[in-house]
Amino acid sequence: MRVRSCDSLVLVVRVLRGRVLVVCAHGADPRHLSCRHPFLQNYPLYIRSAPTENELKFHYMVHTSLDVVDEKISAMGKALVDQRELYLGLLYPTEDYKVYGYVTNSKVKFVMVVDSSNTALRDNEIRSMFRKLHNSYTDVMCNPFYNPGDRIQSRAFDSMVTSMMIQVC
Amino acid sequence: MEAAAGGGCGSGPPLLLSEGEQQCYSELFARCAAAGAAGGGPGSGPPEAARAVPSAATAAAGPVADLFRASQLPAETLHQITELCGAKRVGYFGPTQFYIALKLIAAAQSGLPVRIESIKCELPLPRFLMSKTDAEIRFGNPTELHGTKVQIPYLITEKNTFKRMDDEDKQQETQSPTMSPLASPPSSPPHYQRVPLSHAYGKLRSNTEQMHPAPYEARQPLVQPEGPSSGAPGTKPPRHQASLIRSFSVEREPQDNNSNYPDEPWRITEEQREYYVNQFRSLQPDPSSFISGSVAKNFFTKSKLSIPELSYIWELSDADCDGALTLPEFCAAFHLIVARKNGYPLPEGLPPTLQTEYLQAAFPKPKRECALFDSYSESMPANQQPRDLNRMEKLSVKDMADFPVPTQDVTSDDKQGLKSTADEALAKDVSEDPATSKDSNSLKARPRSRSYSSTSIEEAMKRGEDPPTPPPRPQKTHSRASSLDLNKVFQPNVPATKSGLLPPPPALPPRPCPSQSEQAPEAEIHPQLNRAPSQAAESSPAKKDIPYSQPPSKPIRRKFRPENPATENQDTSTAVGGPASAATVKPHAAVQKQSSKQKKAIQTAIRKNKEANAVLARLNSELQQQLKEVHQERIALENQLEQLRPVTVL
Repeated sequence: MRVRSCDSLVLVVRVLRGRVLVVCAHGADPRHLSCRHPFLQNYPLYIRSAPTENELKFHYMVHTSLDVVDEKISAMGKALVDQRELYLGLLYPTEDYKVYGYVTNSKVKFVMVVDSSNTALRDNEIRSMFRKLHNSYTDVMCNPFYNPGDRIQSRAFDSMVTSMMIQVC
Repeated sequence: MEAAAGGGCGSGPPLLLSEGEQQCYSELFARCAAAGAAGGGPGSGPPEAARAVPSAATAAAGPVADLFRASQLPAETLHQITELCGAKRVGYFGPTQFYIALKLIAAAQSGLPVRIESIKCELPLPRFLMSKTDAEIRFGNPTELHGTKVQIPYLITEKNTFKRMDDEDKQQETQSPTMSPLASPPSSPPHYQRVPLSHAYGKLRSNTEQMHPAPYEARQPLVQPEGPSSGAPGTKPPRHQASLIRSFSVEREPQDNNSNYPDEPWRITEEQREYYVNQFRSLQPDPSSFISGSVAKNFFTKSKLSIPELSYIWELSDADCDGALTLPEFCAAFHLIVARKNGYPLPEGLPPTLQTEYLQAAFPKPKRECALFDSYSESMPANQQPRDLNRMEKLSVKDMADFPVPTQDVTSDDKQGLKSTADEALAKDVSEDPATSKDSNSLKARPRSRSYSSTSIEEAMKRGEDPPTPPPRPQKTHSRASSLDLNKVFQPNVPATKSGLLPPPPALPPRPCPSQSEQAPEAEIHPQLNRAPSQAAESSPAKKDIPYSQPPSKPIRRKFRPENPATENQDTSTAVGGPASAATVKPHAAVQKQSSKQKKAIQTAIRKNKEANAVLARLNSELQQQLKEVHQERIALENQLEQLRPVTVL
């Protein structure tokens, strides 16, 4: 409880008829609201979307999905934290898209928005994508010049996300 | 020929150029033509080609304008000059026009009015504030130089002479191919070029209190928009390297100049490498270990590069993304910073010459003079060793595990190779510096004793019949000897010291004990084995040493691979102690019985074995000490991990 990081990263990937929207957002545990500036909560560390239209809509979706993520985290509170449970699965489906979530050990949230029409994406693939994201994120964290909470400007991270989006396409 | 061209052109008054002027002007013209014309290819090509046909080429307006601006004349003067020289009239800067313009610039700089008649006078050469004669303006604005006063304490002084060298290099390079008839005054253009530079330096130095910021500031305006791949800068990077190599000497080697390796700016020269290594040492005394992220961050932040750039440089150089920099990674990062400060754009990916494997392979030797185990660890053919280090979570237990593993792998598999690369140098160092290596218990001493152990065996192998060298050491080591039987035999008090050895590794007492306890029974088994060789003539020490050379490495393996503390290892390990003890026990009795000649041989063998035992014992104790420390670290890390586990919300 004491050592929990207040930051989280949310990544959203949206696939729309072969196009991918990747959005990374950064969130914080709302229970730490008292000790942190409220505006620092749940702000995006990294947002990326392949089709640039309707980005705002997806940003909004990301924020709404954060609530679901928090809910899931609290739900699995007592369970052992392992890789499987880091992957939150389908957060909620809507008519147009699915939202997948993933949380890391340090409460960094990845949110991926995938278009429902893209049925080629299976759960395993989503998991592998999250795993890659997590790995790249840890690489970013290893950089001493990166301050946790900053926007992610790592080119390696960017290239990884791009390759993921293109791959999904 | 320029005079003839000038006269033949007829557009202006006949141009009489002295030899020195001819050289400079044709050079400058060639450069302007080259910079304007070709973009690709090595830079040395186009200038030569252009120089070969100076009359046919035209200097591009851009570089020419830059050149003129570098002369630091007011704009209207330059305008006048351009008009007068005829370029406006003919519409281009032919050689004639160019030379006339240069002459007029010289006139203007010496205070003469800009007139056509001026060019008839004997004038000094025009001065251009250019660091490199690449027709690219380095000093865009002298005031800019004085304005930026950034303190870069660690910037190397070589850069001071860098520009001088570059000019000289360029002079030599451009002169050599074509200026054969004009070879007589090759020194004057270098002097000429150095004059404006020293002039510029004087200005710089007068404004800064250190040499270091001066070249740094001078470098700041150095803009290389094309990067190292374009033609004109193509020759410059080789000269970078060349001049850095010879920064403190006037001469330089031309080979780098002529190489067209596209990664020249990313090559680390010997001097740079040494500098980086020294800086690494100042941060982290153990060159085989790594610098942590925070330490490196503080250090690199001093370079005053922006944080995103530093972050990107880190990303490039920390190949394994472990948050720490090993020596090759550190050198790569440092080199990238240096290059960035000199205006090179950062590459998209880590250049091959900066990658860890390349750096390790390319620079094994400089380590040699630094410290014993530097050269040892660097020259190890097993490049996986630092990679292995990097792959771990910086637990030194694994580090140490991998140190001896490649050690013994190398010693057992490729002794000759190791010998040739490391042992030749190490053997001498080792023989000279055994005491300090044994006495110190730091990280440095540990690999040192390791290298010593492996090299001493081989050294003993090489000089199997050379008793005098070992004796001084064993006397010292016997007082702290771990060879128990030896102690029992010779000094009854030594068991006290033997027990003194046990407390240091309280966590792992069982390991030495079984070997020691086994040595006694093994002593009976092995005496036959060892007596026969020990009784033999000089040829036997070599034979005996061969099995010895392998057993010393195996106990190391045994310590760090507890999953196979197999009997064969113990056998071999005890074979080390066994033959030693047996050789001491049996020959001790046998000596009395046998002839003096055999006595000597036996005593030689005894000494060698004692020496080996002592070394191994020291190694053992030190490694166990490390193991203990690493255990503690691991416990601490596990505690941290426990704390960091996401605790339940409720």
